[in-house]
Amino acid sequence: MTHPTPRALVLVAGGTNCDRETILALERAGAAAERIHIQSLIDSPDKIFQYDLAVIPGGFTYGDDVAAGKILAIQIQHRLGDPFREFAASGRPILGICNGFQVLVKAGLLPDLAKEQKPQSVTLTSNDCGRFVCRWVRLKSCSPLSIFSAPGTHIEMPVAHAEGKLVAPPQVIEDLKLAKQIAYVYSDNTNPNGSIDDIAGLCDPTGHILGLMPHPERNVSWHHHPLWFRKTRLQKTSPCERAGEGMGIFQNMIQHCREKIS
Amino acid sequence: MTQTCQIEISMRAQWRSPEILPVRAALEQEKKIDKSEIRFVQVYMLEGNLSSSQIQRAAQELFTDPILHDFRIDEPFDFFGTRGRTITIARLPGVMDPAEGSILRALSDLSIDATRVRRARKYHFLDFPSDLDLSEFAAHHLANPLIEELTEGNCLGNAFPPSKTYTFRRIDIPLEGLSHSELESLSQQMGLALDGLEMSTIQQHFQSLGRAPTDAELETLAQTWSEHCKHKTLTGPIDFDGERIENLLRETVAKATRTLNCDWLVSVFVDNAGIIEFDSKHSLAIKVETHNHPSALEPYGGAGTGTGGVIRDILGCGLGARPILATDVFCVGPLETLQNEVPSGCHPPRRILREVVAGVRDYGNRMGIPTVSGAVHEHPSFLANPLVFCGTVGLMPTWAATKKIHPGDRIVVAGGRTGRDGIHGATFSSQRLDSESEVVSSGAVQIGDPITEKKVLDALLEARDLRLYSSLTDCGAGGLSSAIGEMGEQLGAEVHLDQVPLKYSGLSYDEIWISEAQERMVLAVPPDQMESLEAVFRRHEVEATDLGHFADHGKLQLFYEGQQVCDLEMSFLHDGLPQPLRVATHPQTPPSSETPTSYPKNDNKLLLGILGTTGVASKEWIIRQYDHEVQGRTVLGPLVGSALDGPSDATVVLPIDGSLRGAAIACGGNPHLGQLDPYQMAAHAVDEALRNVVSVGADPDRICILDNFSWADTRRPEELGSLVLAARACHDTALAYRTPFVSGKDSLNNEFLTESGVRIAIPPTLIITSLGIVPDASRTISMDWKSAEDRVYLIGSTKPGLGGSHLHLKCGITGGSVPILDPKKARQIFLAVYEAIQTGLLASCHDLSEGGLAVAAAESALAGRLGAQLDLSVLEQETGLDVTTLLWSESPSRFLVSCPPESARSFETLFSRLKIPHHLLGKVTRGDSLQIRDSSGSPRIQLTLESVREAWQGRLEVLN
Repeated sequence: MTHPTPRALVLVAGGTNCDRETILALERAGAAAERIHIQSLIDSPDKIFQYDLAVIPGGFTYGDDVAAGKILAIQIQHRLGDPFREFAASGRPILGICNGFQVLVKAGLLPDLAKEQKPQSVTLTSNDCGRFVCRWVRLKSCSPLSIFSAPGTHIEMPVAHAEGKLVAPPQVIEDLKLAKQIAYVYSDNTNPNGSIDDIAGLCDPTGHILGLMPHPERNVSWHHHPLWFRKTRLQKTSPCERAGEGMGIFQNMIQHCREKIS
Repeated sequence: MTQTCQIEISMRAQWRSPEILPVRAALEQEKKIDKSEIRFVQVYMLEGNLSSSQIQRAAQELFTDPILHDFRIDEPFDFFGTRGRTITIARLPGVMDPAEGSILRALSDLSIDATRVRRARKYHFLDFPSDLDLSEFAAHHLANPLIEELTEGNCLGNAFPPSKTYTFRRIDIPLEGLSHSELESLSQQMGLALDGLEMSTIQQHFQSLGRAPTDAELETLAQTWSEHCKHKTLTGPIDFDGERIENLLRETVAKATRTLNCDWLVSVFVDNAGIIEFDSKHSLAIKVETHNHPSALEPYGGAGTGTGGVIRDILGCGLGARPILATDVFCVGPLETLQNEVPSGCHPPRRILREVVAGVRDYGNRMGIPTVSGAVHEHPSFLANPLVFCGTVGLMPTWAATKKIHPGDRIVVAGGRTGRDGIHGATFSSQRLDSESEVVSSGAVQIGDPITEKKVLDALLEARDLRLYSSLTDCGAGGLSSAIGEMGEQLGAEVHLDQVPLKYSGLSYDEIWISEAQERMVLAVPPDQMESLEAVFRRHEVEATDLGHFADHGKLQLFYEGQQVCDLEMSFLHDGLPQPLRVATHPQTPPSSETPTSYPKNDNKLLLGILGTTGVASKEWIIRQYDHEVQGRTVLGPLVGSALDGPSDATVVLPIDGSLRGAAIACGGNPHLGQLDPYQMAAHAVDEALRNVVSVGADPDRICILDNFSWADTRRPEELGSLVLAARACHDTALAYRTPFVSGKDSLNNEFLTESGVRIAIPPTLIITSLGIVPDASRTISMDWKSAEDRVYLIGSTKPGLGGSHLHLKCGITGGSVPILDPKKARQIFLAVYEAIQTGLLASCHDLSEGGLAVAAAESALAGRLGAQLDLSVLEQETGLDVTTLLWSESPSRFLVSCPPESARSFETLFSRLKIPHHLLGKVTRGDSLQIRDSSGSPRIQLTLESVREAWQGRLEVLN
């Protein structure tokens, strides 16, 4: 028996703070989303299999102490390693946004959870400016593997992070490019953090695990884009008719689940 | 066996360590040519029963990033050999480090049983400049000796000092027979900040009881009677040049609210925040706090806990509201001031501003609350007394706006643990600072732990919706003593202090009672809900502890290990405070330096100069460090315009998902007017706060405001006199605008006494925060020009008087008169602007404030990346004012709007019908040039947008 509406697990821990708007975006895209605390998942790990997809939203889990996302990554690795691997291996989409991306990378779920001998091959570290940055960027979708966006799609959304610079040894970057795992790059000179080769997001080799620094859930509504006024008033359309460009990522993920369950 | 180890982590040389950037900037600032190579090392010290393989795993799996770092265990990095020098910095034992808890948590997930953890950081320098003292350099730029220990070299004394133990002993303080002056010196010695009259009132009270007070009783009275908690100046009797004022607050600010009697006010002046109706089911709570003295001593911790504190005010008003946005206003000394130019005991303004921004950033961002509105003011008199205002707005279901405690309700403290931090904050903030404050008040400094507060928020709102508690308040100044004392005012309370969870042992009952440890809330919980409440908090990993109960006996009773240590009548605690008559007199305006008959003719240069002043210049450096987009509610953010770098007048958010009803937030205030005319200063602040929200579309009939008075020592009759005048202006303008005050907060002792006895007093400073309803947020407009050919109009009347203007500031003129506000006319103007926005006539709307018309035009141009051709000749003829006044006047109640050509006729018809002054100045142009001509036809302003933007944007880069 499958669910008519895909069920989304939104994983939270102390310091998660984008769960509310992520749930709203998921619901608007057609999922039934539930906020689940990491501790209740540790208490009953099998719960994860009640869901068709998982999202780790943005925030400052455990205060970003030691390094952003590190402590939640350790909890996932050491308390929930097997269920997470099984969940991912079953083809269910996993999306990590901002802090969630940092978690996926540091837990070794991205870029490739199959390579177990080297659990972490890339990292996300302090922005070049040394400070937290909140600004709008332009993304270009690059990977034909990704179920989240068609290659060549341009999407605008904001970043809000202090540790978003993607860094890896040159060979790893080359391998990721060859494997088409660079999911998004910052385009039009909007790289906000000094990421190598403007990388903003990565997917795994199957294309259904995605991590990205910018926040798609902050561009799903008419008013989210800061230039909505110019775009609509000048075109004499009602502003409220527009949905944000970030919505596509959620819709594609949910569509993928629907096709899979039906 | 317990042992300790030291793990060092260092970024490999090929990567950039972010910790190095500020060190390089500091070295440059000291004007040394920086050839020095710098390496940063993060140190983690662990204590526990640890095997060497566990230590290895901790280093490898938790502390090290395999891509970036190298690590060492019990062996310090040595990068530079004999040419190297090292400074090691760690928080003093007992000073909060929120990372410790997270690290212990992660270690336990790795099955590593550490009992304690402590962090330190090291900076290694190669060839550190020999003429610079390393320790002094570090104390000035890298650390704050008030909360941190600095050691030159690699070793840190004792990583884990043995914990202290406490053996209970009740302490009585005999007052009998002490003279007035002996009582005063006892108060000073104990840090109570009670004056002789208050002390002798307490003496008499205990004499009548036939016993001596305990230390806890004296402390409770000192906290409750402090200026910080009781606002005794604003609520006590005043003789104002022979005129008697019984209660200034009640007769001015609160009176306006009472007279207006707006039916959309839900709760005003009685709770931790003001609450107004938002829609039929929801209400908005708003509060703005000052956190001046703590921020002067420890800017990062002070501003952070200021933010944390005002968020708790919102969590603790009614039955709790969800914070949806935050605001901040900073007042600092001139940013050019160097370390050796500030009075001993003070930090230079640049460091203060950089660190207060970081404090607000780290608290607000981690809480997931967008900081969306604010201002920065610069004035020489803020040098030793910077001001920090932090505000929060929260959303709540209207049923949660009221609370009531029942006898028998359990007293529950929830959140962070109690430590020795922040002792005497309430009494300290009520005193003047001096060069010794840094030494004697170190306990008054607090460090915040936003993640704990975020967990409290999550747990609290869940418990609220399950209706598991009947009342709550936050632990702020005065700690448990104020929180429980206030909550139990009508009933009585019995508290067992030995039950309070502690960060470390060794605290006396008295310290537990008055500690201002952060992130704590006090709840009143019906006994039959205790179990459910505890379950909710446990699920969110928040401690909630039963301390006792509220009892119907009218007493505050404290116990430690079963022994009574306090037995105070609630009536004496809350109503026993003596009411001395305070003397106020009309302040004299400062001697006016000669007002020049002619001003400098180069208006281009003036405009570029004014655009580069701290008050006017772009705040992008600050705003981008704040997560102003989190929660996804923003309709109009703090940065607007085609390249998102223009200064929005106000911010608009959508509190309810799926509804178009918006809330606009902004502030007003201009410290440069305070010394010239405190009445007009306050009136202008109200006007500015209102016109900011009106210019983005707020309904003038649905705006509430908050006051924050920051004054110098009001024991001086002139200072108190200016406070009376400002409060009266608040009353008069609020009434005329039909805009109620809903809450406020004052800070009245902002002076500094230098070592040589020089008094530095701040100018009278009133910050007004406005919260307005935007009925249809899709009608909101921004301040940037949108299209070439759009018509540009000036709305409102320009009046003579350039006193306190940025023109005078630039020309070094201190005197002059302040333009007089006409609040009745202003209200009509606001209503007309509202109607124009509602009917979609305007393409942009920008208020005129610092720098007047010239600055407003420059800002609208640079934000829209469009030029303009404006002409003042009609304005000159009609007003009879000179071009200098027209360009630079900061007359209130004015807007610069642009209007598409096809709407211009409707706009003019509307404004003529409403009899609102409006002048067509010219039109927006596609070019790259801003031109303002006078009646002679020659351009007074002729600048490229590029030069305008450059002047405006660079100012805060000095903070890098």
